[in-house]
Amino acid sequence: MNTLVGKGSIVLDSQDQVRFETLVLPHLDAAFNLARWLLRNGADAEDASQEAILRAYRFFNGFHGGDVRAWLLQIVRNTCFTWLEKNRRVKDMAEFDEELHGPPGPTPESLAIAADSRGRLTHALESLPPRYREVIVLRELEGCSYKEIATITSIPVGTVMSRVSRARQQLQLALTDPTHREAIHEL
Amino acid sequence: MSCNRATTVLHGYFDSELDALGAAEFEHHLEQCFDCISALDALESLRSFMNMARLREKAPAQFRKKVLADLRPGRPVVVFPGRTPWRWLAVAAAFLLVAYGSWRVIPIQRGSNYETVLAAEIVDAHLRSLQPGHLTDVVSTDQHTVKPWFDGKLDFSPPVQDFTDQGFPLQGGRIDVVHGRSVAALVYARRKHFVNVFVWPTNEQDAAPRSGSQQGYQWIAWRKGGMEFCAVSDAAPSALEQLQRLFTE
Repeated sequence: MNTLVGKGSIVLDSQDQVRFETLVLPHLDAAFNLARWLLRNGADAEDASQEAILRAYRFFNGFHGGDVRAWLLQIVRNTCFTWLEKNRRVKDMAEFDEELHGPPGPTPESLAIAADSRGRLTHALESLPPRYREVIVLRELEGCSYKEIATITSIPVGTVMSRVSRARQQLQLALTDPTHREAIHEL
Repeated sequence: MSCNRATTVLHGYFDSELDALGAAEFEHHLEQCFDCISALDALESLRSFMNMARLREKAPAQFRKKVLADLRPGRPVVVFPGRTPWRWLAVAAAFLLVAYGSWRVIPIQRGSNYETVLAAEIVDAHLRSLQPGHLTDVVSTDQHTVKPWFDGKLDFSPPVQDFTDQGFPLQGGRIDVVHGRSVAALVYARRKHFVNVFVWPTNEQDAAPRSGSQQGYQWIAWRKGGMEFCAVSDAAPSALEQLQRLFTE
């Protein structure tokens, strides 16, 4: 478990501390939500967003105003992709993963999930590759503008529209075809 | 869908991200392209489907607590009944006092930042008091039980009144530490909500109420008769104003 005291060699002075808390803490939900959808798991999301906030704290001197939510979400997002990258290597080494390589087709569980719309959407959204999933989460759940999405994901603004477009098509496809399985490994 | 705009520009239009010219052009195109019209419909239903499903997940309270503990080393986040070392509330109180001074002198420029800090701290205080077993040290709806309970625990006598008839039944009281000193916390119920009213003495003159909201929680602070008051709750702002008036009547 990271703590700012234990690990951080940087401690903000009291004025910056207050500034950090005032600016960053209102976006805890956004940070957690993005991590939750990128990592598809609440417990991992807590650890990753906590780690991201630690980083934000360390880099706070480098934040010179502007959109604090975009700045924070960029850190959260990068933390999560590092996390996914690590996880992928671990999973690649595993010989067989039931969850990833289980038989396709409806199971009693997947049918039950499909019965309610939230479950269906969750399932569909989680089946998208992370790079599509993140633009959906940022656009639809966080209400980010294309410019903010560009900042957070470090892609050109011009690319955001086409990525959003492709992500939505994938999501629509996943919703209409419950057996739709995206390559989970794909980053 | 066969129209190639349905896969690109349409999304920019749907997200209101096209410039005026681009939007006008696309609307012109929409008048004659059924592919794009139905694609737009599909996007509308996808969005309302997602909105209805309420996919956005809030940070769990436990996580929020962990982060706060990280950010405020040495300041206990978990509140123990009976002895509540809420030193962070002392910070809030300090801001409250400073903010009051500033508001009176420079009402606009200084206000917002202090208010935000104050609101965040007060709301945190309120949230922690709602942890099981932390709300009250003395549980009573009788002001004649609650008021004497503070005797000998505080060096001042907080005004304790039950407002059951006015819709704010007294639930009990608690001792906290604010601004380096012990303060009274009075707990009221408002329908299904709880209201924390923090009270401590001051040498300052009476001041009109200031209020605000943060993360869906309302706070209102005022000074009266040598006492500083700050009430916080998730009840409606009008409810807090009503309680504030009951206190000052």
